[in-house]
Amino acid sequence: MNLTIFLLALFDGISYAALVFIVALGLTLIFGVMRILNIAHGSLYAIGAYATVSLTGFFLALGFSPIFAFPLMIISAVLVGMLLGGPIEWLLLRRIYDKPEVLQLLVTFAVFMILEDAQRLVWGTQPYFQASALQALGNITLFGVTYTVYQLILLPLVAIGLLFGLRFFLRRTVIGKLILATTEDREAAQSIGIDADRVFLFTFIVGAVLAGLGGALASPTTSILPGMGADMIVLSFAVVATAGLGQIEGAAVAALLIGLGRSFAVYVWPEVAVLVPYLIMVLVLLIRPQGLFGSPVARKI
Amino acid sequence: MMKLLTTSALCAVLPLAAMAADKPETLKIGMTTFLTGPASVFGVPARDAMDIFVANLNAEGGINGVPIEVTYIDEGAGAEALTSEFRRVAQSGGAEIMLASISSGNCQTIAPLAEDLQVPNLMWDCGTQRIFEENEYDYVFRTQGNATSEMLAAVAYLLKTNPDFKTIAVVNQDYAWGRDSWDIFHTALEVMKPDVEVVGEFFPKFGSPDFSTEISRLQALRPDVILSTSWGGDLDTFVQQSFQRGLMNTSTFVLPLAESSLERLGPSLPAGHIVGARGDHYFLHPERRDDADFQSFMEQYKEATGDIPVYSVFHASQAFAAMQAAYEKAIADNGVDWPSEEQLLAAFEGLEFQGLGRPLYLREDNQGVESQLMGTSAQTGDYPFATLENIMIFDGDGLLPPIGETSIEWIKGLDASFVDTLQVETYDN
Repeated sequence: MNLTIFLLALFDGISYAALVFIVALGLTLIFGVMRILNIAHGSLYAIGAYATVSLTGFFLALGFSPIFAFPLMIISAVLVGMLLGGPIEWLLLRRIYDKPEVLQLLVTFAVFMILEDAQRLVWGTQPYFQASALQALGNITLFGVTYTVYQLILLPLVAIGLLFGLRFFLRRTVIGKLILATTEDREAAQSIGIDADRVFLFTFIVGAVLAGLGGALASPTTSILPGMGADMIVLSFAVVATAGLGQIEGAAVAALLIGLGRSFAVYVWPEVAVLVPYLIMVLVLLIRPQGLFGSPVARKI
Repeated sequence: MMKLLTTSALCAVLPLAAMAADKPETLKIGMTTFLTGPASVFGVPARDAMDIFVANLNAEGGINGVPIEVTYIDEGAGAEALTSEFRRVAQSGGAEIMLASISSGNCQTIAPLAEDLQVPNLMWDCGTQRIFEENEYDYVFRTQGNATSEMLAAVAYLLKTNPDFKTIAVVNQDYAWGRDSWDIFHTALEVMKPDVEVVGEFFPKFGSPDFSTEISRLQALRPDVILSTSWGGDLDTFVQQSFQRGLMNTSTFVLPLAESSLERLGPSLPAGHIVGARGDHYFLHPERRDDADFQSFMEQYKEATGDIPVYSVFHASQAFAAMQAAYEKAIADNGVDWPSEEQLLAAFEGLEFQGLGRPLYLREDNQGVESQLMGTSAQTGDYPFATLENIMIFDGDGLLPPIGETSIEWIKGLDASFVDTLQVETYDN
């Protein structure tokens, strides 16, 4: 393997990891704070993508410039968080925090199934493609290989921005500190006057917005079709489990590990590229069952 | 003389009296198709088309006065649900004839089941060539070509239009079709153009949302030709990402199933790439587009769905036409009101029928012989998506192995002269 190939695989791995990380971030945040593994995260991802495609298509048809697709991504993500994330927490999850983990898992899985069918009702089964945002940013050529600026530069920048933004938010702002306090000990937090219900609702909405944002950011690069949510939830779960559940910085490292592993496999041994994320997960969990960065306390799941 | 006439009349009538079936109130048929899952890009259009075919025929009085009633079974629900539904529709549902299926895996499951249940089954869309090469069936017929004829047409078109290419890479879905189609294509290429070098073989997982790494690698390899037999969302994503990153300017793509993605790909499939249609299936079929039946169906379909029909619609039309032709032939041959199962099965022997494409016929091994249409993409501005130019329609006869031979063994015995033996008609667009 020469240096060019090494660098190409590195670029591919980073841009892939960026997208996976954005989705995994929401999943691990929700788990870290609420101790719920939200399978419906995959649906929120898919609906974020669908919503972006529909909104972008609508506004472009009205004659807006393609650059307008970027604010529409954020709008779609926020809509997903508010209109779906909020009610899911408020109507369903709130009732089952003290129930067994298996039940929690089944409830979020049921929500996932319902949302999968809802997508089919609303958007049908034909694939959609809406790449205006990606085309608006153009291409960049490195070592004779053309990359899109969107995948090579924008996605990693957004991922890094979210990572540091979330760190800052949790450690330096009042709301973030309230969330951390509730995560540490819910009863103690309540006893000093923190409204844990509101903290959970807020956290879940933020997590759902991140899922929707992942879908929105993925939408210009891939076909939007039924089943895309299932794939993503499996992959982002692999990232979260490798990192250790609830570990935000760990998720970034695990996403990079998995993204790079996959892209180097495509160059070196394409036959195993599909397996690589899960091989990495198995290897890590065999050596450290709590994940790369997880602390070895008894987890709920 | 009188005695002779009576005797012959008796001789003619007696076996019929024994065999003819009562005319049913409705002819119940079952059709398996993907209504959910990724392959619903084929299954839903085929169902929509089937509804139109059935409504049209019923408006004309059905088959010999018997209207048709179709029950759809979702292949997307998994093999187990499919077989139990197939059983239910064929047995307690009273279906006289079944149309199954889209997935090759499902065809291989259903063929022996149809044989067990003794229900005639028309394999209307699945591609695997193995069905009749590895087994013999009395109740199973295929009203279309198979992977061998489809891949050989793609190889022939490639060799005719790009005779000088030196390197090829493949990006197929990682499941039976992706592997088998490459096996056929590669074997044919090895005997027909041995100097071609395969520089990359990629089998990303089925339903892969991202081909960025494969595309970077392909840009570094710079093959003359890139083959992909992918379909649906996978093909759309691969072509879109390749287009976005300029890969389509440096390599010629061979996409044997891209006819089914033309409309969705829009401007992202630039001119100069090879497109196939799993048979002679194209909404602007050069030999059929001026025919009244073709035009009226295109209008009906556009009105019902808003889309242009893709190949699975043509395959459904062929299965429906074969069914209608078999019933009408059995009724006429035996002079009955309604054929018995034996009479119907006998009518399928060497049956000739025509759907929306060229006429087809069934071989002795129950395999259909279907012409193959290949073309090169062009962005003419007449439609908001790519259409085809330099279209070649290959006669189906030369593209299938002789009865009793398996495809791979037969192809291994071919050589570079094979392409010239094929009957082909060429059209500018």
